[in-house]
Parts: sequence; C-alpha cells; structure tokens
Amino acid sequence: MPKLEIRAPMPGVFYRRPSPDTPPFKADGDPLSPGEVVGLIEVMKSFHEVKAEVGGAALAFLAEDGDAIMAGQVLAEVED
Amino acid sequence: MAIGSLLVANRGEIAVRILRAAKALGIRTVQAYSAADADSLAVRMADEAVLIGPPPAAKSYLNGAAIIEAAKGHGADAIHPGYGFLAENADFAQSVEAAGLVFVGPSAQAIRLLGDKVAAREAARRAGVPTVPGSEGRIADARVARELAATMGFPVMIKAAAGGGGRGIRIVSDAGAFETQFAQASAEALAAFGDGSLYVERFIPRARHVEVQILGDGKNVIHCFERECSVQRRRQKVWEEAPAFGLTDPLRAALCESAVSLGRSVGYRGAGTVEYLYDPDEERFHFIEVNTRIQVEHPVTEMVTGIDLVAEMIRIAGGERLSIRQEDVRLEGHAVECRINAEDPAAGFAPQPGRVDGLAVPKGPGIRFDTMLYDGYTVPPFYDSLLGKLVVHGADRAEAISRMGQAVAALRIGGVKTTAPLHAALAASEELRAGQVHTRWLEDWLERTPLTRQEEVA
Repeated sequence: MPKLEIRAPMPGVFYRRPSPDTPPFKADGDPLSPGEVVGLIEVMKSFHEVKAEVGGAALAFLAEDGDAIMAGQVLAEVED
Repeated sequence: MAIGSLLVANRGEIAVRILRAAKALGIRTVQAYSAADADSLAVRMADEAVLIGPPPAAKSYLNGAAIIEAAKGHGADAIHPGYGFLAENADFAQSVEAAGLVFVGPSAQAIRLLGDKVAAREAARRAGVPTVPGSEGRIADARVARELAATMGFPVMIKAAAGGGGRGIRIVSDAGAFETQFAQASAEALAAFGDGSLYVERFIPRARHVEVQILGDGKNVIHCFERECSVQRRRQKVWEEAPAFGLTDPLRAALCESAVSLGRSVGYRGAGTVEYLYDPDEERFHFIEVNTRIQVEHPVTEMVTGIDLVAEMIRIAGGERLSIRQEDVRLEGHAVECRINAEDPAAGFAPQPGRVDGLAVPKGPGIRFDTMLYDGYTVPPFYDSLLGKLVVHGADRAEAISRMGQAVAALRIGGVKTTAPLHAALAASEELRAGQVHTRWLEDWLERTPLTRQEEVA
C-alpha cells in the first residue's frame, strides 16, 4: 500500500497533544481526513497547528511528542 | 564566600552578558548549554562548557538537577540563572543552596514570597507601597467578587494570583458578564499555573508601565531609578526607556523610595525590579509585582546610572556589601532600548529562526548592542526570538530617540527577518516622541500603521 507523508512545515518542537494533560489529536492507526490537525509545532515560544494536506486509512507517527524536529522532516505517514 | 567559578544556566544574549561581567571580575566561567546551543557565542566565550540536555528547554535549561550536577562536576561554586527559565524558581534556588552552591539572586524564601502576587501585594501594603484598589487577597466566590467590583466601579481586572505572561487575566466592563468571566479566568489560571485562585483590581485605562530597579545586599537596599516599559505587544515589552518621562522630581523620589522600602521590608538581596502601573491622569502609581531577577531591559538603567548591575549582583551573591551608596546613584541623560527579535513584523510577527549572515552592528558614542549573534550563527527554533538589544544614550529623551533611529537604520542582520523595521518606525513616531503612549498603545498603533515588508538582506 502506498504511503503519503506529512512533513513539518517549520523547525521546532513537535507536540501530539493540545496540552500536556489532554489526549493526542490523533492516535496511531486512526483514519485521517485532509485538513485535520495532527499536532502542534512550537517555534520560538509560539505554537502552530500542523494540518494534514492528505488523508488516508491509517496514520502512523514517526515523530514523538516533545521531539525536536527540522523543517521538512517526516512527522507521520498515512496509508493511502 | 567570594565566587571563584560561576556556571551560567541560561543562553542567548543574557548568557553572553553574564559571562562578560564574570570575566571582568576575574571569575572562571562555565557555560551550561543544550544540544541546540553547541555553536553558541556563550559556549565559545566561556572557559568551559557543559552539555546539560537536548534542545527542548524542559529537558535542558529547565532541568534543575542536571544544572546543579553540571556545576558540581565542573567545579563551579555559584550558578547565575539569568532571566526566564529557572530564574524565579524558588525550589531551584533552594536546591542550589542545599547542594552547597551559591544562587546568584535572592533567597528562595524571598522568591517564593514575592512570586505569589497576592502575598507580594500584601507585603507591599505593609511596606506602605500604594497598590491598585482591589480585593484584599484571594477571592474565591464569584458573587462576592462581583459585589466588590461593583463598589470599586467598572471596568475591573480579574487576575490570576499565580499569573504571568498575561494569562489568567480578564478585563470586565460591567456586572452582567462578571461571573462567567470570573469562572473562565479561574479555569485558565488552573490550567496554566496549577492554581485557579484569583484577585480583583480596578482597571486603569491608559496606564503606563513604570518599574524601579533595586539592588540589595540583605541589609541595605538602594534604587537605581526607574524605567518606562509602556510600549508592549501582547504584554511583552518591545521598547524601553530610562528614566520614565514626565514625572516630577517629588513623584520620582516617592516612587523609588517606595520600591526601596518594599525591598528593605523583605531583606532583599541581589538585583530586583518593582513594577508599577502609573496613572498619568491622576499622577499616581500603584504596585503590580516584583521580579526577583535581572531583567531584559536592565541596560537602559546601566546607561543612565553607569552601574554594572550584573557585576553588582555577582558581587553581592559572593557575600560582599553593596559597593554603591544611594547618594552616589545619579541619573545622567536618557536611554532607549529596542528588542531586536527574529520575527517578521510585516507578517504578524511570524518567528524567523535561521542562519544569520552579513551582520553589521552600529558603533559610536552612546550605542550598545547586547547580542549573541555572529556571522554564520544559526538561530535555533527552540527558544525565544530575542536576537539582541540595541541600546542608546542621549543627553535627553529627544536626542536618545533620534540616536535610536540612526542606530537601528545602521543595524544589518542578514539572513533572517527581524523587528528592526518596527523600531525604525517607532523611533519616527510622533506619538511616541510626544510621550502619548500607554500599555495598549502599541497594538492600536500597529493597526493604524502598516509596516512594509522587509527586503531580503544578502
């Protein structure tokens, strides 16, 4: 099955949940629709939503909550 | 004990500033750094450097245990926390002292007392410092709070006791919306600070932010006059001055004396700032809070008094008495500081991490640039956006502002967009020159004043 990639639009720290004590936006294996929020990137103390441009049947994260990430890094893959 | 070796537990321009002060005092320096700061100017400058963790601050600059371990492992006998991160963390200060090291700052007890806004307000009242009319201490019941607000007169401010950075604050204009706003502010404060308790104050429109720099050695406390920090965006200071403008001499004397009396009442040790709201309509000032650390804007005070505040705080931490007497502190001319941030003011202040090339720093009498930049340095995305502070001194306010206009025009930071164009526009602003500013002025001015996009500087 082909996989589509969700890449970081900017460098920073990647968060999978809206705040430390809430559930993640998306869990591994969840279906994904285009436009859905999959995480936040903190860059210079400001937070930016990462919205999926693609959708698919099952989401798999490659970056974990709190990971330092580079612009263009693959954050997650989704099965087409 | 005199400090022989100092660990700097911070980064960026303030780390560089502390290193310079320590070196001038003949102190050996150890720079703590995260993996993202291995190439930083502070790491290059320090006698030794020690990696304390990965890039996210929670795992490095906020990891108190790792910092104390690094200090002990590298033979440092004191830790300077700078500002932000652990600077006002009483538990950290206590752990540093428990580990047999010197914390460069006030006692854990003073940090704890003054860090709680309600307790600080009580301390201020006891020391005879005027506070904004409002509730006496925390107020738990929304209905009681509403009745109090009605007797004070609307609008009022609902504020989180544990607050900071503008969170947990509501301005309520009438009794109708009060109880809902109260519940929301409490929930926001609980989520942000783990403490949902609130207090209520009268809201002062067109208030200015004026703050007094104090220095104490645990016995004696002096002031180094005041700063004007009314030009703010999202409650973050953008442009700072020393002294505040338009104050009469008796008013200035009363303001500074009240800060000293609060410092004295808690046996304050180190550098601290007592913050006030100034109501220009009534020519009255009201206590807000105390910052128990060196502040970003300390250079404007250094420019008008000639005192090296960072050196002074290191000496005091080493057990020395204040080297300056109050009568020796003199106000000379006027200083302005601009915070040069890696943000694009023409694009909603979007953050701009990246590689800096073609750095040209203005030089000349009365110009100072506190920065961690060098050509080829890559600004990491993990921390705040402050690149440097351009500070100028002039004979009077008009001259200082003109000089700032020239200095900021001569500043070149290639590779990343910065807030320099905002400061150039501010320096040219008739309203700012005329002193028609208050804490909400900048956001209103930004809406009326479109800033043009910056050209890429190669």
